[in-house]
Amino acid sequence: MTYSLFSLAREALRGHTGWKPAWRDAAPKPDYDVLIVGGGGHGLATAYYLAKEHGITNVAVLEKSYIGSGNAGRNTTIIRSNYLLPGNERFYEKSMQLWEGLEQDLNYNAMVSQRGVLNLFHSDAQRDQYARRGNSMRLHGVDAELLDAEQVRAMYPFLDFANARFPIRGGLLQRRGGTARHDAVAWGFARGADRRGVDIVQNCEVTGIGVTNGRVTGVQTSRGPILAKKIGLVCAGNSSRVAAMAGLRLPIESHVLQAFVSEGIKPLIDGVVTFGAGHFYVSQSDKGGLVFGGDIDGYNSYAQRGSLPVVEDVMEGGMALMPMIGRLRVLRQWGGIMDMSMDGSPIIDRTPIEGLYLNAGWCYGGFKATPGSGWCFAHTIAKDEAHFVNSAYRLDRFATGALLDERGAGATPNLH
Amino acid sequence: MRIACPHCGERGSEEFSFLGAAGLARPAPDAPADAWHEYVYQRDNPAGSYSELWHHLSGCRRWLVVTRDTRTHAIASVVDA
Repeated sequence: MTYSLFSLAREALRGHTGWKPAWRDAAPKPDYDVLIVGGGGHGLATAYYLAKEHGITNVAVLEKSYIGSGNAGRNTTIIRSNYLLPGNERFYEKSMQLWEGLEQDLNYNAMVSQRGVLNLFHSDAQRDQYARRGNSMRLHGVDAELLDAEQVRAMYPFLDFANARFPIRGGLLQRRGGTARHDAVAWGFARGADRRGVDIVQNCEVTGIGVTNGRVTGVQTSRGPILAKKIGLVCAGNSSRVAAMAGLRLPIESHVLQAFVSEGIKPLIDGVVTFGAGHFYVSQSDKGGLVFGGDIDGYNSYAQRGSLPVVEDVMEGGMALMPMIGRLRVLRQWGGIMDMSMDGSPIIDRTPIEGLYLNAGWCYGGFKATPGSGWCFAHTIAKDEAHFVNSAYRLDRFATGALLDERGAGATPNLH
Repeated sequence: MRIACPHCGERGSEEFSFLGAAGLARPAPDAPADAWHEYVYQRDNPAGSYSELWHHLSGCRRWLVVTRDTRTHAIASVVDA
């Protein structure tokens, strides 16, 4: 069923009795051309673009729980393409362009809202660094504006401009950045893929990957064996565990990242604001809650929950940026498992095993990449080679030295 | 999370800093590039028992090997590195 003003009016007159489920809860078939392991945003987007861009529809997405139950439903919904390095910027800008046409493409309301992403700077040196990043973005044809303190004050007068340690000197603004509704992104891609014939198989945990003579043959799952010619792994925080089933060891550690939502308040922050002197960022959801987060807890974890020292650190960052936040109560707090790659950048590539492809290492920046990641991974699987857009995201870059060290934080996940 | 330092007793994890996997064998300086790639970048990253290096930075400043379950954060043992 196509969603439109007409379908809405018709259902309103029928008492909303005619709405159908947006996708089928499919049972797995014995074999497929392509299997996608992981039913998060990236996996569903990959299946969607395999069908739409490459005409490959004999595809199943295998999800161990229900779709969107992992990081797709646990992130802070920010979209942006404000990167410095060419290998990153061309990818994230491709993703941003896909966001801009996503809802018409999917016929689904993903609530994409280009409300602006503002990165604050607090010193002359940081201003120079942000100017350099803004110039790099503009050389890639991406919008970036360097604001001084007065321009920032006009947007967000309540920030602590005169903070004794970290006074706000200005910010780098990307107006095309913003937020999207994270669950709707997963549901929209699921519906789009399903309408093109993709099977979305839930409660189907992959327990083994079959490899014969260096080539994949299929997977063992909690719902029986499934044969496949090609298999794409898109398992976020569980990437290392699933890749190990095929005998691969990855340059990834899994870490927990926390996020928070406050009680709902009247409209206060109409964009996304990031604190430049600590790790804190904030936006406001359409329900009115402030959505904010900070740094990873800093040790390996698969527990999907964080610890109190980082809660304290995030709150301190919030208090330094906008002291009024201290009057709010935190409504909810949760954790997600991040696949922290060793240089802080993702991997979308083939693997040494024929027919096995890897999409991993998103650290804590995976949500904004969802459409671009799916688009590039679909191309890599269909054509058996990377697209130019994801050509820097090679698995072997850690061996060759062609690292993408966007934040200059070195080769250890706990420094990102 | 609280870590029972063998020298200082049970302390909050915020007193410690985390390095990563313990027991990685540093290759010889003239070892092939593959060995260095494995040592610097590749990790087992298990969901379950994991031996890792923690530095008791705000305490006795000893390096410790903590064996911890990454699914529950339960600590099985803490010994000097």
